[in-house]
Order: sequence, then C-alpha cells, then structure tokens
Amino acid sequence: MKKSNFDIIGTRADGCDEKDKVLGNIVYAEDYSLPDTLYCKVFRSTKPSALIKKLDTSRAAALEGVACVLTHEDVPNNESAKNVVGQTTEVGLLEAKQRILAVDRVRYYGEPLAVVAAESPELAGEALELIEIEYEELPGVFDPIEAMKPEAPKVHGDNNVISNWQLRKGDVEKGFAEADVIVEKEYKTPRQEHAHMEPEAGMAWIDDMGVVNIRYCTQVIEHYRDVAAVLGLPESRVRTIGTIIGGGFGGKEDLTVEVFLALCTWKTRRPVKMAFSREEMGFGRQKRHPYIMRYKTGVTRDGRLTAMQAELISDSGAYVMLSPWVLLYSTVHSTGPYNIPNVKVDAYSVLTNNVMTSAFRGFGGMQAAFAYESQMDAIARELGMDPVELRKKNFYRRGDETANFQKIPSDVLLDEAADKAMEALGPKSPPSDPHRRVGRGLACSWQSYGRMTYLHDTASSWVGLEMDGSAVVRCGIPDLGGGQRESIRAIAAELLGIPLEEVHVISTDSQVTPLAGTVTATRALYMSGNATKLASENVRSSILSKAAEMLDLPVNELDIRNKIVYSTEKSEKKIDLVKVIRRCAAEGISLQSLDTYKAEFSEEIKSNVIKGTVFNDWTFGAQAVEVEVDTGTGQVTLLKHVSVQDVGRAINVKRVEGQMEGGAAQGLGFGMMEDYLEIQGTPLTWNLTEYLVPTSKDIPDSKSIILESHSGKGPFGAKGIGEPAITASAPAVANAIRDAVGIEVPQIPATPERVFWELQAKKDPAQ
Amino acid sequence: MENAVYDVTVYVNDRPVKGRVPAEQTLLDFLRDNNFTEVKKGCDNGDCGACTVILDGIATLSCCTAALQADGRKVYTVKSLGTWDKMHPLQEAFVKHEAVQCGFCTPGFLMTAKALLDSNPHPTREEIREAISGNLCRCTGYVKIVDAIEDAARAIEETSREG
Repeated sequence: MKKSNFDIIGTRADGCDEKDKVLGNIVYAEDYSLPDTLYCKVFRSTKPSALIKKLDTSRAAALEGVACVLTHEDVPNNESAKNVVGQTTEVGLLEAKQRILAVDRVRYYGEPLAVVAAESPELAGEALELIEIEYEELPGVFDPIEAMKPEAPKVHGDNNVISNWQLRKGDVEKGFAEADVIVEKEYKTPRQEHAHMEPEAGMAWIDDMGVVNIRYCTQVIEHYRDVAAVLGLPESRVRTIGTIIGGGFGGKEDLTVEVFLALCTWKTRRPVKMAFSREEMGFGRQKRHPYIMRYKTGVTRDGRLTAMQAELISDSGAYVMLSPWVLLYSTVHSTGPYNIPNVKVDAYSVLTNNVMTSAFRGFGGMQAAFAYESQMDAIARELGMDPVELRKKNFYRRGDETANFQKIPSDVLLDEAADKAMEALGPKSPPSDPHRRVGRGLACSWQSYGRMTYLHDTASSWVGLEMDGSAVVRCGIPDLGGGQRESIRAIAAELLGIPLEEVHVISTDSQVTPLAGTVTATRALYMSGNATKLASENVRSSILSKAAEMLDLPVNELDIRNKIVYSTEKSEKKIDLVKVIRRCAAEGISLQSLDTYKAEFSEEIKSNVIKGTVFNDWTFGAQAVEVEVDTGTGQVTLLKHVSVQDVGRAINVKRVEGQMEGGAAQGLGFGMMEDYLEIQGTPLTWNLTEYLVPTSKDIPDSKSIILESHSGKGPFGAKGIGEPAITASAPAVANAIRDAVGIEVPQIPATPERVFWELQAKKDPAQ
Repeated sequence: MENAVYDVTVYVNDRPVKGRVPAEQTLLDFLRDNNFTEVKKGCDNGDCGACTVILDGIATLSCCTAALQADGRKVYTVKSLGTWDKMHPLQEAFVKHEAVQCGFCTPGFLMTAKALLDSNPHPTREEIREAISGNLCRCTGYVKIVDAIEDAARAIEETSREG
C-alpha cells in the first residue's frame, strides 16, 4: 500500500549529526591525520597576465625536509576542460582549457605554478619562498565589455567570448509596438565570494591495493575521475572519501585540493595533507560571475507584459570552468517567472584576466533575478500600479510555456507567496530618525532544481534491513551541512516503518557508496531522495508481500509503523516486522535493494538558441524586506525580512527553514555588502577583514513561511530549496531602497557609498 | 634567537598540556597540534571567530593569541562544555533550534555564547546579536543561533531555580 500519512516526513526531527557537531566530535577534512605525513602548499602567480620566463625550483627542492616540488612537467595529463553542447565554433571555448599547473603563461593572479610537499607546513612555506620566477608581463583585459572588442588582448586563442546562448520567442519588435510603456535599464552585479567557514582541505595516501585515496571536503566525489585522468590511472585506482563539509555553496564543486594531493602522494608515496589559507581562498579560487545586464521591457497600460529584450554579459575570468552552464541558467531564467509573449535574449560569457568564476548557489539565476525583479518594480512605478498586482497579472501558471518552449510542470503558488510575504512584514515601522526613510520591497523568483535535463542525471542508493529491523542506507551524496543525510534517513525510516535512530546512512565514498552524483544544483533531495525512496519501496514491498502471506490478508491493506506490520482495516491484525524479516531470511528472500533514479532526459542541445526542455522543474517563491535608509550617509539597515517558498513538501521543517534563512542571508549579503574587488586583475579583498559577509548585526529576525503544493518531482512531491532560497533577496532589498528614497539602484551591492551618490544625483541631477 | 623555543604549560579543559613553542606560534596551532581539533581554523586572521576558546573566563580568538600568552593559564574548548550523556543547555538548545548546519562555526559560537551567559545570564536578543557579531556563520542566517542562546539562558535559569 502506498504511504499516505507520515510519522517522520514533515516533522521537526533533530538531525543525525548535530549532537556530534555541538560536542566538537566531527573530524572535518583538516582534522584528520596519518603518521609520516607530508604537507603541501601551492606556489601561485602574482601577475594577472604574463609569460613565464623562468621557473626554477632547484633551491626549493634542495631545502632539507622538502620531499618534492612539482611543476607542469611532473603532471602526466595537465589539463581539465570539457566541450559544451550547443556551442558553435564561433566561441573560443575549446582553447580555454585549464591546466593543473601553468605551462608558459599565467592568466590570473593566483594561478597555480608549482606544488611543494615538505615535512611540515612551515617548511613547505619556506620552500615556496625559494622558488625563483621571472615574468614578462603581457597586456591583460579586465572588463568583459572591453574583452569583447576585436582589438582586446586575447586571454586564450583568438576569441574571448567563450559562450553564447539565446532565447527567441515571438517577435519583440511587434511586442514593443503593442506596449504603452517601455522601460529600459542596465544592471550590474558583484563578484561574490562563497566564504564558506571551512577552507578547502584534505589528505591523500596510497593504500595496500595501490589505490590513491583522497579524504577531503568536496561537493563532488565523482572528481575521482578527473584525478585519474590527470594521473593517467584507471578510474578504479582513485578513491574519494568525502567528509562532513564545513559549507560549500558551490565553492567546493570544482576541483580544489584533490589533484594537488594526488600528485604529491603519487610522487612521494607518502600520505600528504593540505589546507587552503583564507587568503588563498580569496585569490586562488573561483567566485560568482559578475554580470552586466541590459533589459528593455514593454507593458500595456493595464499591466500586461508584451515584450522583453535583454543582453547578459558575464565575466568568466581566465578559464572556462562552469561558465557556459551558469550562463545557460541565466539565459533561461532571464524572463523571471512571467508570461512574456515576445522574448529576445542574447547572453555572452567572456574571458578576462580576472579571478576565475564558476558555480555559486543560484548558479546564474540570481544575477538575472536582480535585473528582472528591478524591472518589474520600475514598470509598476511607471504605470502607477501596485507592484504585487503587476506581478500577479503576469505570473506563470502550471502548464504555461516558458521562453525556451518548455511547459511549467508543477504548481506555481506565486500569488499566495507574494501576498504572504508582504502581509508578514506587518505594520510599517516608523523611521528611527528624521533623516531616515523606511521602505519596503518585494521580489519573486523561479529557480530550477535538478541538473539540466540533457545531462541525463541519475542517482543510486542502496537500502538493506538488518535482522533486528534496523536499516542501513548507502548513498554517495555528500552532506554539505544542509541535512542531505538526514533527509535520506527520514525517507528510509518512513517507508520501512522504523524509528529514525535505527537507520544508519553511509554516504560520500566513491568506492563504498553507490554513486548519487553531486551535491549541487539543488538536486540532493530530489535525486538521492528519489533513489532512496525507490530502494526503500523495493524492500518495503518484499516485507509487505511476505507479511500478507503470513497474516492471510491482501497486501494493499498493510502498512508498517513502529516496526509492526499491521492491517489498516482491522487493527487487531498485525505482526512484528522482525518476525517477517526472519521468515524472509529463512526463505532466502533478500531484503536489500540497489536502485537508480533517472531524472527526465532530453535531447542534447544542438543550437545556441535554447529550445525545448532544459530543466526538470522549478521552485517558486517570494521575499519581502523592510529597510531604513539614512539619507545623510546612504547607510541601509535591514529591519524585517520574510521568505515564502513553495517547497512542494517539507521533509524536515527545521532543515527547510534553515535553508530559507541561510540562503536569504547570503542573498542579502550579495545585495548589500559583498564584492570581491580587483584592480587590473590584482585582488584587494583577500580575507574576511576586507571582504565583508553579513554578521548577526546585519540580518534581522527573518520569517520563513513554507508552502507545500505537493506538486514537485522530488520524493513525496518535494521540490528543492537550497538555491531557490537565495534568488530573490537582493532585488527585494533594491526595491525597498527605491521605495524608501526614490533613487535608482543600478548596481549591487547597495553599499552606503553607492546609495549616497545616487541620493546626491537625485538631489542634483546635473551632478 | 631566531629559533628560540619556550616551554609552556597550558591548562586545557583542566588538564595540563606541555609543549615547546616558538614565540610566534598561535594558541590555535598549539591546541590543534595537541589534538584539540575541535578548535577550528577558519581564517587565521581574527575575522571569523571559529577558533574562539575561553581563556581565563573571556571568549578569546586563539588565532590572535600567542601560545606563550596562555602559559600557566586556563583554556576551555567546546569539549569542556558537555558530554554525550550530559550536554550543556547551550548545546541542547543548538540542536533543538537547528542552530547548526555545517557545524564548522559551531564550537566558536558555543564558546562565545558560554562566555556571554557567564557574564550576563539574561541577555536581550540585541545583546546576544552584539556578543556573537564577531563569529561568522555562512549557513544559518543567525536567527536560529540567537533563538538557541535565548532558550539556553532560560533553561539555565530554570535549572538553577530548581537546584
């Protein structure tokens, strides 16, 4: 019988590892040690664009206690880059391959040139000082608009544009002709740093079967394949063991420490360990793409959107990484969750000599959200219409077709979300000072969950019942801190009718746990949850069949709860789960199941005009904020924040709230203070003294309102919430500032300086 | 003098820990080298608070304290707070309120909160926000951390009344 009423799903259960987290018992990546370990450090470029005239490691290698100094010559296969479907030869993608260690040229400040392994971290640091390097500086390009010009210095090959995606729906010229009002504006978003609290770290060693083991904090244990390719080993000779991750947000999605560790342990045959310093996290690793977005939107006087034309330009930094995919997300999401009959979007990702950019929670969706939600408020002001009413006239409904010609497959509860978000702000606060103004802003968003459908995503999970009725789940999904293991535990416990505490989840080991794919793209619950549900249902079905036979009842009348199989019709008819398990064991019936969940698959993308299914589904939500703006200083203070999201079904209510509150805080940081600054490719904000993230004094008591449409494609109708939680925060703040003081907010973060100068410009437009 | 090392004895969680340290060694590295890995290295620069310990009753950034400065003094890490069978009310409240996600910042937050409640048993939400503003959390958005500390203060008061 199908499970309909739940004991565990939808509760506020405590997590499986929180107790160890508060007791200080978790062995994070940097906390693990083996005897006879070497320590690695990376030697990085201090020029953003230069030829390497000399790289001499002999003095470093001669230092006592240094085990190896590796350069590109020591890397068997020194590259990592993949082609991207749908991209023509017009783009310079294939030449922009990233090297593990630079060969003859460096293209950004922080690019790895050599890696050292020594007896202590201090010695490894001393060895870095002894490496001799001479550069010949090359002209660089640091502005993506400049980089698109034919005369711009080329970062790779002969074209700095590495990706181009387009949307073409209807006829925008016709749509603008039908419009009564046209709003045209330009928007800019910052280069956001992930700033997870745990720096990238790990250990590697070679085991007694000759397998390279890497224990580290990663969102993607499947990187064992990349490591095998770099070392030239069979994939079965590299094992990645994930740890409990101290935050990632996309920052631990690309390659981090694993290749350096593998190279050093392979070379020295000794255990090796490394951790990035906070400064190295600043200049040595990727950020969120800064975007420049030009939007033109047409609307009728009664508030119906008729056309949207947009150009999106993203700064991909010096290498490809995930830029084309991030750009694809931005392109599809660029319309916002709105029906617009005529759409024309041209999006470009452009190489520069800035720090690399790649995955970050929101993955291109939130840059677009700042633009499309700012546009909606600008339109509402032009029309003199309530911004909520304008949005309601244009929201997608289930079954509507997007600008990439894909039907919305689930419920869209945006009307309710927008109303509840504004309502929950309560009465408007009075200003705390005569020089201050209070304003409110709303932003709505759509954000896909699950990977793009042409990637043919799958996840596997194994579930087995023990003789005493407890259960073990093996599932490769890493736990990023969002409760990924906890959700899997809840799903298995619910379906097998056993207490949470009797389910043990083993996760994130590439050679022990069935591969479940990455903990990215808001796919962990959706994919691994569904895989665990399938495997649990298989075991459940075996139990119920046997119990039906033992009780002489129809199988569809049975359910399991608290380790008792019982009849839902006649409550006196029941049997202990353990007795059924024993009977199965006696008859040789397996109570173990390995199953694989397959997401919806679509055809490979053939053209850079995006047409047809790209995403499985979307999560829709709204955020509202109240701010106070100091008209003298430009300082913006957050007074209230509300997030309303339709999560389909909340598996664990506390965890969903945690995602909503935490995602919003990161999105508010993006809107108000976070920007990784560089001058001509040289970074300025290396550590958390200069790069500001929100503290407890910046974020107000946020309210989270969970809607449950039960219409998602995840387990029990769940949608995803990891990324959707962040998308609407920044435009909500910008709209609130506009409401408070009537200025333009063309660029985020809305720092006091920017707000101050916009206030000046409003006072004196001639300035 | 460059390679001079000094003998120190630091009383960590009421146990003497002896070591020979160079002048520049931080208390953070000293603790981690002695297997107190529950003290976290988040920035090594005094910005994130993950390495917070209680030194002679005061919440202290161990990355900005020389091991030498702690010689002969009492240092408490999160492991001094409670055990599996008897957690500290702060630890119980952090679990109950889901004030923990990835958990990396948690040991630092707990020590800051402990020092706060020791000196101010009934803090307002604003006082809690002020006290923990030197500890960064990138996962939770702080609301549940403030909730947990507020709740723990109540629980401690109730226990002391009953006691």
